[in-house]
Amino acid sequence: MDSVILKTAIRFLLPLLLLASVFLFLRGHNEPGGGFVGGLLASGAIALYAMTHGAAAARQVVRLPPRFLIGAGLLFALVSGVAPLFFGRPFLTGLWTKITTEGLGELHIGTPLLFDLGVYCVVTGVTLVFVFSLLEE
Amino acid sequence: MNAQAVVILPIALPLATMVMLLLSLKSIPAQKLIGVVGSALLLLSTATLAWLVDRDGILVLQAGNWPAPFGITLVADRLSSIMVLLAGLMVFAVSVYSLASVDNSRVRFGFHPLIQLLLMGVCGAFLTGDLFNLYVWFEVMLIASFVLLTLGGERGQLEGAIKYVTLNLISSAVFLAAIGVIYAATGTLNMADLALKLRSFPNEGTVSVLSMLFLIAFGTKAAVFPLFFWLPASYHTPPVAVSAIFAGLLTKVGVYSLIRAFTLLFVTDLEFTHNLLLLIAGLTMVTGVLGAMAQNEVRRILSFHIVSQIGYMVMGLALFTPLALAGTVFYIIHHIVVKTNLFLIGGVVEQRFRTGRLERIGGLYRSAPVLATVFFLSAMSLAGVPPLSGFFAKLTLIRGGLEAERYAIVVAALVVSLLTLFSMTKIWSEAFWKPPPGDAVTDVSSRNRSRTGRACLYGPTILLASITVGIGVMAGPVMNASMATAEQLLDQNAYINAVLPDGPTGQVPAVSRERRSP
Amino acid sequence: MDILLAITVGGLYAAGIYMMLRRNVVKLLIGLGLLSHAANLLLFTAGGLVRGRVPVVPDGGTWPLVIVADPLPQALILTAIVISFAVLAFALVLIYRTYQTLGTEDLDELKATDT
Repeated sequence: MDSVILKTAIRFLLPLLLLASVFLFLRGHNEPGGGFVGGLLASGAIALYAMTHGAAAARQVVRLPPRFLIGAGLLFALVSGVAPLFFGRPFLTGLWTKITTEGLGELHIGTPLLFDLGVYCVVTGVTLVFVFSLLEE
Repeated sequence: MNAQAVVILPIALPLATMVMLLLSLKSIPAQKLIGVVGSALLLLSTATLAWLVDRDGILVLQAGNWPAPFGITLVADRLSSIMVLLAGLMVFAVSVYSLASVDNSRVRFGFHPLIQLLLMGVCGAFLTGDLFNLYVWFEVMLIASFVLLTLGGERGQLEGAIKYVTLNLISSAVFLAAIGVIYAATGTLNMADLALKLRSFPNEGTVSVLSMLFLIAFGTKAAVFPLFFWLPASYHTPPVAVSAIFAGLLTKVGVYSLIRAFTLLFVTDLEFTHNLLLLIAGLTMVTGVLGAMAQNEVRRILSFHIVSQIGYMVMGLALFTPLALAGTVFYIIHHIVVKTNLFLIGGVVEQRFRTGRLERIGGLYRSAPVLATVFFLSAMSLAGVPPLSGFFAKLTLIRGGLEAERYAIVVAALVVSLLTLFSMTKIWSEAFWKPPPGDAVTDVSSRNRSRTGRACLYGPTILLASITVGIGVMAGPVMNASMATAEQLLDQNAYINAVLPDGPTGQVPAVSRERRSP
Repeated sequence: MDILLAITVGGLYAAGIYMMLRRNVVKLLIGLGLLSHAANLLLFTAGGLVRGRVPVVPDGGTWPLVIVADPLPQALILTAIVISFAVLAFALVLIYRTYQTLGTEDLDELKATDT
């Protein structure tokens, strides 16, 4: 696609959209949002970049190959599923812990967050595989 | 680790293998090594599971520690554990075979991770005790199979894939609609809970409609008459290793779901549902074998035989006696091993001549005696010649039919068996006995193949052929296991009590019921 | 509201099946998409409709005090949407590749693998 406006705009939009996708991902903890939507937004941003600057340039932006992202995401999900087994709980049971940090206050961290991170990576990876394979003809 | 954690292994192990494979996509040796080791571990874990289920009875795991019927339940009873054991065995054989038969570009694209994804879906479908979860595993399996089917992107593959994808998507949509209706009717999706609620369901019509929706959804996946057309249109197109694992496992997931649905859920109106199943079984057998007789290419013939043999499996289910169900279980065990093996052998033949068309191949009896032997054993077993595994499987089914006094289906089964023998001897005499035709191309590269390459091709076929012979020789123990499985299937209360140890949960004020009042 | 949704579901099924019966592969794909939407909406309607009551248990209680919307069908639909998204994206790539390789979008010409 050869639109100067979109081409220039996406340079500034890409970091903002990626930031928004992280925001959506973290917000999914208690409110609408989560790994799936966040991943879709991230891959949408990269897809826009790929459509304007070409798939090769977009691959440079992502750095990791999309299939590697899928693998990493599945690894996170697997770890979050298997981890409870070592604490004597059934598969996929949520484990939670609280950590107190300076500035952010008390944070709830647990395996569901890791699972959601996995979803984020898998969704981004899968969508990018589709987008790149359609663009690289 | 406690016994219950073993139930998750057939799902978690392929996932772990897939993760490692995806993280090492660049190195082809690593792909091959991890793929085979992962499959071997899966085989080991499924064997452990089968042994534990045989010793301790039904194993139940509540995922995420949510009690049934609210969470997702994984249930390993005898049937499930036998099915996952067979899945483990087949993926091991096919992984070894693929080392020598799948080209490097396909490996680089992700052949091995996709096989593991497929297996995760198959094992998940066998183990789950929740209808919606079954849908999800179906989809996992289907997405993996879509990509495997099109991997390489040759003309025939793409064409076959369009038909395969379309029909499977339609059946998934029907399945989803059926889930919606059954949830609206009963307010639960846990299979044990459903079995309880459907037993005393006031409206018989609703149950009949539901059973038909599930019959269409599962029947399309299982490729029964008249929903089988996607199978012969697509199974002969992908690489042999892929069609072999499809032939062995995918339709059997449909058959497994049919067995689950029509032994656990829909057993109140046997007169209607199971008579219909019997009719379908007969028609599936006959159309499948007639289709096979019209074909002239090894893998196309074998594809139609899958359809015809699905008929035998449904026949045992439809008769619904312990003996007939045991026949079904025996038949599935026999069929998965033999069918996968025949596809693998057909692949070796195709590799030698670069085609599977019968008129352009020949002389294999002289030039490849080992291949001829394993093919002969598998083909005769498929046709049901004693003392191989197929004979005992068919014998049990036919005894079941006679016992239930359903003579028409017995006659159909016998005739189809004879026609199967005819079509197997056709391949035998064309590909193995007749001298190679003058214009036959012999692939030189396959002759000069290294010793390890040959071992990878022949090893799995010899292993599977010896299992066929083994099942025939030791028919007694296999029969006992099938009988125990059938009795467990017919004893719905055992399943229900294992999943819901505290009895039915009807008293809990379910959030979703009675909300229509304004 | 139930009746309106029921009509919509029926309309979606009809439109989906009509599109699938056309000869063009793109229309086939649109038909499949409509079919999966119809199934999702059916699941949603079958789960029962409650307007504006969030399924949240009040502090200190174990059950919601009023009749609330059932969250399960919504979770199921969400899963089904995700799955149909992936499958349709794959199917889109598939028909594009098929068109490139075979040079036709007419389903009647795709019969080389038939028997």
